[in-house]
Amino acid sequence: MGASVCPFKSTAMTEIALFGAIEIGLVYALVAIGVYLSFRILDFPDLTVDGSFPLGAAVCAVLLIAGVNPWLASLSAALAGAVAGLVTATLNVRFKILHLLASILTMIALFSVNLRVMGRPNVALLMQDTVLTPFYGLGIPDHIVRPLVVGVIVAVVVLLLARFLASEFGLAMRATGVNARMARAQGVDTDGHVYAGIALSNGLTGLAGALFAQTNGFADVTTGIGTIVVGLAAVIVGETVLPARALALALIGCVAGSILYRLAVQVALSADSIGLQASDLNLVTAVLVAVALILPRLKAKASRSAPRNPSAAK
Amino acid sequence: MIVVEDIHVTFGRGTPLEKHALRGIDLTIPEGEFVTVIGSNGAGKSTFLGSLAGDVLAEQGRISIDGTDVTRWDTPRRAGLVARVFQDPMAGSCAALTIEENMALAAARGRRRGLGLALGSDRRRGFRDRIAELGLGLENRLHDRMGLLSGGQRQAVSLLMATLAGSKILLLDEHTAALDPATADFVLDLTRRIVRDNRLTTLMVTHSMRQALDYGDRTLMLHEGRVVLDVAGDERAGLDVPHLLALFAKQRGGVEISDDSLLIG
Repeated sequence: MGASVCPFKSTAMTEIALFGAIEIGLVYALVAIGVYLSFRILDFPDLTVDGSFPLGAAVCAVLLIAGVNPWLASLSAALAGAVAGLVTATLNVRFKILHLLASILTMIALFSVNLRVMGRPNVALLMQDTVLTPFYGLGIPDHIVRPLVVGVIVAVVVLLLARFLASEFGLAMRATGVNARMARAQGVDTDGHVYAGIALSNGLTGLAGALFAQTNGFADVTTGIGTIVVGLAAVIVGETVLPARALALALIGCVAGSILYRLAVQVALSADSIGLQASDLNLVTAVLVAVALILPRLKAKASRSAPRNPSAAK
Repeated sequence: MIVVEDIHVTFGRGTPLEKHALRGIDLTIPEGEFVTVIGSNGAGKSTFLGSLAGDVLAEQGRISIDGTDVTRWDTPRRAGLVARVFQDPMAGSCAALTIEENMALAAARGRRRGLGLALGSDRRRGFRDRIAELGLGLENRLHDRMGLLSGGQRQAVSLLMATLAGSKILLLDEHTAALDPATADFVLDLTRRIVRDNRLTTLMVTHSMRQALDYGDRTLMLHEGRVVLDVAGDERAGLDVPHLLALFAKQRGGVEISDDSLLIG
């Protein structure tokens, strides 16, 4: 059969595309976990990630070019993201600016900051060592090494975060998001937990940006656009396929959701018959998130109205 | 012991809606005393409780608890000294967290919260024993979300949570008002038992004059931000609801009470 009918051009392409989707899904899994922390645990809709993701990429790329150790560069990227989160949290907690607006202010400011950090709109990483370099010479194909290394990093983050959320400090953070008044009456410094949670969320996003730069070989100021929507999409897909109350499972759901989302995008973009192209990605993502947000509401409405129908009850 | 000296609270100062909610309250509540607080809507009952808990900071006057001046302390800081149960069963606990997680939150009240596990196996066992005391069969439902419990069960668990961290002062803000009469009686009896067993200094705000006289050792009546009646001992034992109404009317300058928010039953 002709290549135009087959969704993939060849089997080799399929494998590379598949692992590529898993790899980018794993990188954005850290964003998804960060978004889960802010949106779900703290009930704080934080758009800062659109700025802290490219900030992480920029900081990491610039440090790598300066010859800094890749792990140290990645850690610095995470710290830079955390500082961005602290700015948003300060605007909201200390100066009482609406959380959404506070995060938009930080996000827009970070665009300029990122340009300053890099000195130009994009930086290429060609010969620099990255956290992946030591693993390239081991006889495993490069397109498999990358998701493996990123996967291990994500697994460590999930384990640490699950343990953190089960601690007394983590429990207090969850209470802050669920019922701040009760949390304060139980002696929880709710302001402090908002600072910590938003910093952690954006720290993870900064780390994701650093891994993105290292796996893709560049940092670019425009990579941040729509980060929040992609993260939210992953969280929602994860909650749909893994509707778990246990926190560790919810975090794993974020990772699974991020990978599934990328696979779905890959399939959609590869299938010529649908006629989508790469530039349609943001539109597809926005529609996906909107549908995922609307569906539960429609379902609830349907189940509410059903018992009112007397003929249906009999 | 709670000592309150001439505290004033004004909401919306300088606006057309300015409300002088507390106008100089002086009060000493000895350790272990159970005080009931009544008053019509807007009398300042909840504001008074809020000013003890730290939700509302007094702009004038002084509040000290067990000899410590807490006038400028905010709510989380005072939480180590003061436990609370709210009127709304949903307000006093986290519906989305499990029963044991709620208990762990309360057990850490007044302590630094570190990275240690919130629910170790020892602590779980301790919680199971404590919640069994309620006699509601909740010891087998520690993993259930708090939101699955009825209003009465949630208030009962909230009362228990108030005792987990060893604070000596309990503030109850109409904590049975949202319950049906039978459940309210159960929660009130439990309140009496918990206050006695833990020798808690207690302030209970209530809308019911009957409750105010039946429970506790001392009754305060607030009106327009002031204490207008303060009875205890034999004087209080000789009081009945009609007396209380008459006293209240006298305090208001002989005006008959038409406020149906003061329940007689």
